[in-house]
Amino acid sequence: MYAIFVLRPMIVSVQYSFYKWNGIGASTWVGFDNYLRVFTDPDLLGPIGNAFKLIVFFSFVPVVLGLAIAATTRQIAESRLASVARTVLFLPQVIPLVAAGIIWTWLLSSTGLVNQVMDAVGLNSLTRAWLGDFSTALPAVGVIGAWVLLGLCTLLLLAGISHIDPALYEAARLDGAGPWREFLSITLPSLRQEIGVCVTVTVIAALASFDIVYISTQGGPGNSSMVPGLEIYYQAFTERQVGAASALGVVLMLLVLLVVLPIQWVTKERD
Amino acid sequence: MIVRQRETITAKVLLILLMLITVLPFVSLFVTALHPSGTYPQGISWPSQPQWSNFADAFTAANMLQLLKSSSLIVLGVVPASVVFGTMAGFAFGHLRVKGHRWLFLLFVLGLTLPFEGILTPLYFQVRDMGLLNTRWAIILPLIGLFMPFAVLWMRAHFVNVPEELSEAARVDGASTWQLFWHVHVPIARPALSSLGILLFLWTWNQFLLAIVLVDDPGKRTMAGALGSFQGQFGTNIPLLCAGSLLIMAPTLIVFLIFQRQFVTALLAGSVKG
Repeated sequence: MYAIFVLRPMIVSVQYSFYKWNGIGASTWVGFDNYLRVFTDPDLLGPIGNAFKLIVFFSFVPVVLGLAIAATTRQIAESRLASVARTVLFLPQVIPLVAAGIIWTWLLSSTGLVNQVMDAVGLNSLTRAWLGDFSTALPAVGVIGAWVLLGLCTLLLLAGISHIDPALYEAARLDGAGPWREFLSITLPSLRQEIGVCVTVTVIAALASFDIVYISTQGGPGNSSMVPGLEIYYQAFTERQVGAASALGVVLMLLVLLVVLPIQWVTKERD
Repeated sequence: MIVRQRETITAKVLLILLMLITVLPFVSLFVTALHPSGTYPQGISWPSQPQWSNFADAFTAANMLQLLKSSSLIVLGVVPASVVFGTMAGFAFGHLRVKGHRWLFLLFVLGLTLPFEGILTPLYFQVRDMGLLNTRWAIILPLIGLFMPFAVLWMRAHFVNVPEELSEAARVDGASTWQLFWHVHVPIARPALSSLGILLFLWTWNQFLLAIVLVDDPGKRTMAGALGSFQGQFGTNIPLLCAGSLLIMAPTLIVFLIFQRQFVTALLAGSVKG
């Protein structure tokens, strides 16, 4: 009797996953041409390139900055300030990405805070409507993503650092190691797993970004900040190109797997 | 010692700077919300006459009561079901090791990396064929399915670590598997269960993609989905938009501040396992 109750939800979930694959199976019925289109049509290929550019902002920036911050704040990780920081830095994780998009659309607008600050420090020649400019729209979207993910990465890495045996650091100090040496030989290797997690989470966030782009630029101006997720949405529901949308969907899923699996492998292997 | 002190100060400055970067956007949003409706204020500037009424206006304009009700209904539909299914399946994977569990397990691991957009198109047509488009079920049912991989793996991770002896002891006492599950394993899984519940609540409440694709009526969407259409409607009225965004964010922010410790633990652990 128990088996029925355990197996049933399992079958239900398997059934759900079957539905996912089934839907994708239907796209092959449209033919192989859709896949050809994904790899030749600049309208479909461009967003994939953009997604990879976003990885720089969504993954590289938060992970590197997060590492730097976590490494320097290691000694005060138990302080009151740090526990306040833990709450504050989580705020971007709690609000919907849509809200982050709206907030930053305002901050990056021509009268927004970013330009206000730049005016104040004498950079007024550079101010612009960041999200409306062909050359800055994509990086501006990237900045939003970096803001959302930086706190998470920092806290994950800080949590990881606090598990490192302090005796290791003491020993390094006695051997005359400077902070940089300490970071390279102790912090970095010990955090391999946490770094792997951060990179995985943020890379998926970059490749599958939708909410932020939809709210802040709608992929524009032109196609300059279009990402695969949004392109799928447009192809399917505005252009009614269901086949192309599904093909792009499959490519996106495979891309995520292709990128994430090596990361997992590298970070787990030497554990 | 001097080196250490200097490092501590650098660390504090860094942390404070980081917090400022995190909080300033919210501050900007808040002060902007107080400017007269329809004006174009500067990034951060305190208005000469704070318009607190903007919040009331936004409350009516966004139809907040309806939104709260809608989001709560969706959360109630998604979270308990996902937690129960996830727990049972996780138990089967982690503890009972049902036949074929390795293959099924792999299937769930793959599902974990799945971007929602990848299945968006087929999902839309499937939901349409089921006649559920523009109902809350269109968000609830797919979300339960989409959360399954995470819920199952989360609970599996818990059950794998429960000592085998516990079950054996219960079996000797004559417990059926069903009793074993509900009376022995579920009670000790409570911390894992509540973290899972918190995470799923947050992800459901903030779900945007499914809401805008599958439901046209903002009154039947999640909070995040409604926020999207609110932006479409009042995008040019910046103070009102800011007030509305704050209101729509308020429920999660309040819940977060009350349960912050549980949230932080859950989110940190959640991303490690995710």
